[in-house]
Amino acid sequence: MSDKENAPAPAAPAKGKAPVSRERARQGRRKALRTILLTGGVLGAGLSGYLPLVYARTSRLRPPGALDEKEFLQSCIKCGQCVQVCPVNAIRLADLTDGFGVGTPYIDAREQACDFSCDAVQCILACPTGSLTYDKPDFLPVRAGAALPQKPTLIAKMNDPEPTLNMTERMGVARLTRPESCLAMKGEGFKGQARGPGFKGRMRYVKVDRWKPIQVADHPYDVPLCDLCMRECPIAGAISLEKFTGPDGSTRARPIVHENCVGCGVCEMICPTEPASIAIVPREVWKS
Amino acid sequence: MSKLLTRRYFDQIKAMLGKEPEKPREISPAAQKIHFYKKNNRDEIAELKHRRAHEKPSHTWRNRRWATLIFANLLFVFSYWLDIQVLEGALTASRFVGFHMADLNSALQVMLAHKHIITNLLIGTATVLLLWALLGGRTFCSWVCPYHLVAEWAEKIHLYLAKKKLVSDQPIDRRLRTVFWIVFAALAVVTGYTVFEAISPTGILSRALIYGAGLSLLWVLALLVFEVFFSRRAWCRYACPIGLTYGVVGIISPVRIKYRLEGCFHEGDCRKVCLVPHVLDTVIKGRAVEPEVPLGPDCTRCGLCVDACPTGSLSFDIKGLSRLL
Repeated sequence: MSDKENAPAPAAPAKGKAPVSRERARQGRRKALRTILLTGGVLGAGLSGYLPLVYARTSRLRPPGALDEKEFLQSCIKCGQCVQVCPVNAIRLADLTDGFGVGTPYIDAREQACDFSCDAVQCILACPTGSLTYDKPDFLPVRAGAALPQKPTLIAKMNDPEPTLNMTERMGVARLTRPESCLAMKGEGFKGQARGPGFKGRMRYVKVDRWKPIQVADHPYDVPLCDLCMRECPIAGAISLEKFTGPDGSTRARPIVHENCVGCGVCEMICPTEPASIAIVPREVWKS
Repeated sequence: MSKLLTRRYFDQIKAMLGKEPEKPREISPAAQKIHFYKKNNRDEIAELKHRRAHEKPSHTWRNRRWATLIFANLLFVFSYWLDIQVLEGALTASRFVGFHMADLNSALQVMLAHKHIITNLLIGTATVLLLWALLGGRTFCSWVCPYHLVAEWAEKIHLYLAKKKLVSDQPIDRRLRTVFWIVFAALAVVTGYTVFEAISPTGILSRALIYGAGLSLLWVLALLVFEVFFSRRAWCRYACPIGLTYGVVGIISPVRIKYRLEGCFHEGDCRKVCLVPHVLDTVIKGRAVEPEVPLGPDCTRCGLCVDACPTGSLSFDIKGLSRLL
C-alpha cells in the first residue's frame, strides 16, 4: 500500500489485464529477490574486509601506544584524531586495501617517521577509544619482549625535569635489514641531504629549533663516517655504532639496535641509502 | 496523549522496524468529523488545487538543512586544515572544543567488538545521545550525515531518469534494515571486527572530506549507482543501521513534524518527496486518527514535506513547547 503507490509505475505491467493477486504475488517475489540482492551485496562488501587479513598482505606500523593488532582493529573508531594532533603528520589512515583496517591509523616510517616532536605522545592522548593507550587494560596481556625495559628517555627532553615518554610497549624494532648497503658498514661517509632535495619528510632538530620540526631536506649533513641513524635517533640508548676495521684497513662501523628501541622509525626515514639499510619491523618484539 | 495517539506511537515504532503501516482500526470523533466534512467539500478542494498550481515551490527548510549539513562537515574539515580546532576528528568520533563526541552506532560497534569501554568513549556516547535525543534522533541523518546529501543529489538524477521512463524505483523490504542492524551487531561481537565501520558510507565520506579521498569512495559510488539506476534512496531506506540507531533515539525526542488534518487535502506531495513515506501514512485520506498527529520516530525531520505541503498542514513542532507559548 505505501511505498509502491509512489513508485513511478515500473514499465506499467498491464494493469487490470492480469488478476491483481497474481501481479501482487509477482511483485512480492521480485521484492524478495531484490531484498536478497541488497542483503548479499552489503554483507559481501562488509565481509570482504576479511580478505586482506586472510592474506596478511601488510603488517602496519601503528602509532605509539597501539594495542596488539587484533585488539587495535577491534577498538579503533576510525576518527583520525591521532592524525590531527601529530606535528609531523606521521600518521596516515589506511584505505580499502586494508580490509577491516580501512580508516585506521598507521605510520609509513620511510616517508615520515614518528620523531616525538610532540614531546608527549599526543596521539595517545587524542585517542577516544583507548586503541592507543598509556595503560593497557588488565585483561589484555603484554606479549613477551613487547614491553620496554623502562620508560624511554627522549633525548630532546634530556634537560627537562621529566625527560621520559609515557610509553610502556614498543611499536616495533629497528633492524639492519640490508647490512651490505649500509654506508657505515662500508666505511663510507655521507655528504648532502639525507634523502635528496625532493624529500618532504620533516624532523625536529633540537639545535635548529627545539619546538618546530623542519624539512629533512633543509638540514644537510657532512660526516666522515655515516652515523645518521644513531645521530638522529630520538630515544636515549636505542642505537649505537660499533667500530671495526675492514679488510682494507679502513675504519667502519656497525649499527647496533638496543633494547631501548621503541620502533619509531626515524632511523629508517633518515637512512640515506636507497632502499633504507635499516628498517622497522612493525609489531616486532625484543629478542635478546 | 490520547489513547489513539499512544497506539499510533507504538505502531510507528513497529513501522520503523519494518512493518508496513495499516489502516487505523479506530478514529477519534473529532477526526471523524473532519474526514466527513471534507468528503462533502469538493469545491474547496478544487479551489485549493487551483491555487497550488500557481504557487512557487518552497525550499526554505531544505536550504536551511543543506546549509547546516555543509557547515557541520566543513567545520570538521577546517578544524584540521586551518587548524582552528573547533571540531576535531571525524563523524565517527570527535571533540567539539575539547568535549568528546562519539557516533552512537560507531561507538556501539566498537563496544561490541572490543568488549571493553573506556571513560572517554562513554562520555562521548552519552553526550551525543543527549544531543540527538533533544534534537530528534534521525535529525542526524538529514542534517549532518554527508552521505544523505550526496544521496539526495543522486535521488534527483534518479527522479529525472524515472520521469523519462529510463529507470524505475524498485522497492525493497524495509525489514531488511532491522536485520542488518542485528547482523552487524552480531558480526561485531562474533568476529571482533567493527565490520560495519569498514563499509559505513557516513564514516568513509566524512574521512574522505577531512583526510583526503581514497579507494573506499568506490563503495560509496557503487551505492549511489545502485540508488540512481535501481532503487531510490536504497541505502538510507533499507540498509543503514546508523539510521535505525538514531531512529531509536528519536522515539523519545521532543522535536518532530506535526500533521494537522484540518487543512490537508490529501494530494500526497509530501509522500512523494519523503525519504521514509511510511511515517506519512497518516496523511492518506481517512487515516488520521486525531486532528493533530505527530510523525513517527523514523522521520528524519528533513523538512522536505514541510516545504512541499501546499496547505501548511505539516510543520516542525517541539513537544510541550507549543503548549507553553
